[in-house]
Amino acid sequence: MTTNAVSKCPFTGAPDLAPASHEQQVDVPVLLEDPFEESNLADPHPMHKRLRDADADVVYLPAYDIYAVARYEAVLDTLENWQDYSSAAGVGLSNFNKEEPWRTPSLLLEADPPKHDAPRATLEKILGARQLRRFQTDWTNTAHRLVDGLLTNAQHQTARAIELDAVTEISEVYPLSVFPDAVGLQQGGLDNLLPYGNFAFNAFGPRNRLVTDELDTIGPVMEWVGQQCPRDALNPDSFGGDIWRAADQRNITEEQAPLIVRSLLTAGVDTTVYGISAVLYHLASNPEQYARLREQPQLVRRVFEEALRLESPVQTFFRTTTRKVQIGDTTLPENQKILMFLGAANRDPRRWDNADDFDLDRDPSGHLAFGSGAHQCVGQHVARLEASCVLDALIERVEGIEFAAPPVRKINNTLLGWHSLPLRFIPA
Amino acid sequence: MTAVDNASNSDQLVVTQRLDRSTSVTEFVLERRDRRRLPDWAPGAHIDVVLPSGKIRQYSLCGDRWAPHQYRIAVQRDDLGGGGSVELHTELKPGDTISFGGPRNNFRLAPAQSYRFIAGGIGISALLPMIAQANLLGLEWQLLYLGRNLERMAYQELQERYPERVTVHASQNAGRISIREWLGSPPDDTMVYACGPESLLEALPEACSDLPETTLRTERFTNTMADAIVSSEPYEIKLQRSGRVVEAPGNTSVVDVLANAGVDVITSCSQGVCGTCEVDVLAGEIDHRDAILDDDERATNTCMFPCVSRSLSERLVLDL
Repeated sequence: MTTNAVSKCPFTGAPDLAPASHEQQVDVPVLLEDPFEESNLADPHPMHKRLRDADADVVYLPAYDIYAVARYEAVLDTLENWQDYSSAAGVGLSNFNKEEPWRTPSLLLEADPPKHDAPRATLEKILGARQLRRFQTDWTNTAHRLVDGLLTNAQHQTARAIELDAVTEISEVYPLSVFPDAVGLQQGGLDNLLPYGNFAFNAFGPRNRLVTDELDTIGPVMEWVGQQCPRDALNPDSFGGDIWRAADQRNITEEQAPLIVRSLLTAGVDTTVYGISAVLYHLASNPEQYARLREQPQLVRRVFEEALRLESPVQTFFRTTTRKVQIGDTTLPENQKILMFLGAANRDPRRWDNADDFDLDRDPSGHLAFGSGAHQCVGQHVARLEASCVLDALIERVEGIEFAAPPVRKINNTLLGWHSLPLRFIPA
Repeated sequence: MTAVDNASNSDQLVVTQRLDRSTSVTEFVLERRDRRRLPDWAPGAHIDVVLPSGKIRQYSLCGDRWAPHQYRIAVQRDDLGGGGSVELHTELKPGDTISFGGPRNNFRLAPAQSYRFIAGGIGISALLPMIAQANLLGLEWQLLYLGRNLERMAYQELQERYPERVTVHASQNAGRISIREWLGSPPDDTMVYACGPESLLEALPEACSDLPETTLRTERFTNTMADAIVSSEPYEIKLQRSGRVVEAPGNTSVVDVLANAGVDVITSCSQGVCGTCEVDVLAGEIDHRDAILDDDERATNTCMFPCVSRSLSERLVLDL
């Protein structure tokens, strides 16, 4: 351990620091897992099983001096109980009660009631399912243009199929062609969005290579993001415009408005990119289910939810105890970080039959990929609309999807997703 | 216990305590039988209470949101009203059950540096959580609490606790008071929150005319569903696209009925909060229990959140 691990760097030093800050409880299973080790990030499911199979609802991970929950009921309780589990101390490993955050904390993700109330209520209204109906036609057309373009692009043609990388040609393209417009961005520079989201989600983890490799380049990206948030930068007829109108009506303050716009840019892009990749991966892996989806297009919504259950883009978030808290026989001290494994909860056999199967006969309702409770993903209806537009266009024009080469994982401290998904599309 | 029994229990609240707060105001403490968490709420929220008679009434939540398994409502007995408050006062004992919808919030506390609260009578109940929140955040606030008769005015202990912040004024003793004078010239970033009878609220725009237009926020005692009676009779759900008709026992949410019939609708929160399960309604009258739609949106009767909502009419036709 070196002294600079405790330097002023905003990112927590984690494993090598980890002085046990309290008397270790004897009644909690101790697991020597490192959830942020790259092999676990690339393939978290075996570790998830070990976490769930430990002999209690909560376990202790000495690697970071944190507690963790991975079973469905325990994760759900922790997500919903904002009174005992604070978000304002940060939803990453870093404890804002002890360390300075790397950016001004989010008014949504990194806030508790009552300060969370007004930003949340405002954004929830703006991103409500009924408000999004105005985008339906436009987003549907955009998805069709994208798929049609891929199918007619000569470069892709093999004998009768089309080969492409679904990540760089669909998942990363579609959200960027609809969402920034909807937010009201109008100054270009959209290539900053993916690096920003990637960094923000890495920054919830320890200060490992995934974070430090980006420190030199993230400055200008953060600066660009900051420049998109003022009223003048935004098209008035947009989510961003709606946010500023809420400030005019004094439902939120003028100081809050730009930070709420920033939340859209942090959380609204990478997550949907990963979500679309997740559903394409599972459809390619289960050709018979894709065939069934083409026969029963009303299953589009269920397909997306089932893919999110199995491969939740946001795998983990932290909370911090606001007081001594009891989980089963274990007492957690106050101001203690606890890690919630959303992805593990979504494959908990206590909650799901054949939990690891992609099954369109299943009702995936109640999965925790969007979280639950006061902080449940405020953009979930945006994600669903984007995914259903892409899938609707795909099933109309593509008869079959198969892998053209093995997919490659993208490694992120928080997100589970794909770096590349080489697919072969057989046109309808 | 079947899935339907289980789920339909989630809207049932047991009266665990009755507390007399004045000669005409009783506070009811409500919890789920198993003391599970109740849906989250914020100051200004109300719930729709479905009484044993089937009458629906709206009451502000006046308790502490840090007690997540408990709601509190304060009910003023009104012998000349539609009978809801009398039913609560005379018939609802500890151990009895009501069902609820919401919580909904049309009266949110917006961020400000200082607040002026104006309560008329039982309107105080909506303001109590706002006062608690202003205290929590260390913000400056003042309360003007108006009523006719001191004996009927609940929660007057506020004045003892915060003598420099609270003015209690009963017209029977002291005549009328000038709200404009009480407001004076508040600091720049002030919001005025008022809840009370129509006569009070009508006077407020004039009393606040020197303040910026966005300053005044009011909550009326309205009851848009005053005439609706929730029945526990069975109803039927027609699924327009498939043509299927499913029989629903009374008092059961649409999702539960459809799930039991093998038709699943994707839900997420199961509390009428997140909006995932929204369904278009083609015919029938909806018994809304969600926390999302405001009164105007409810009145259009064109969409519902089937994870909690159900039917007031004998037949509901859904775009499914």
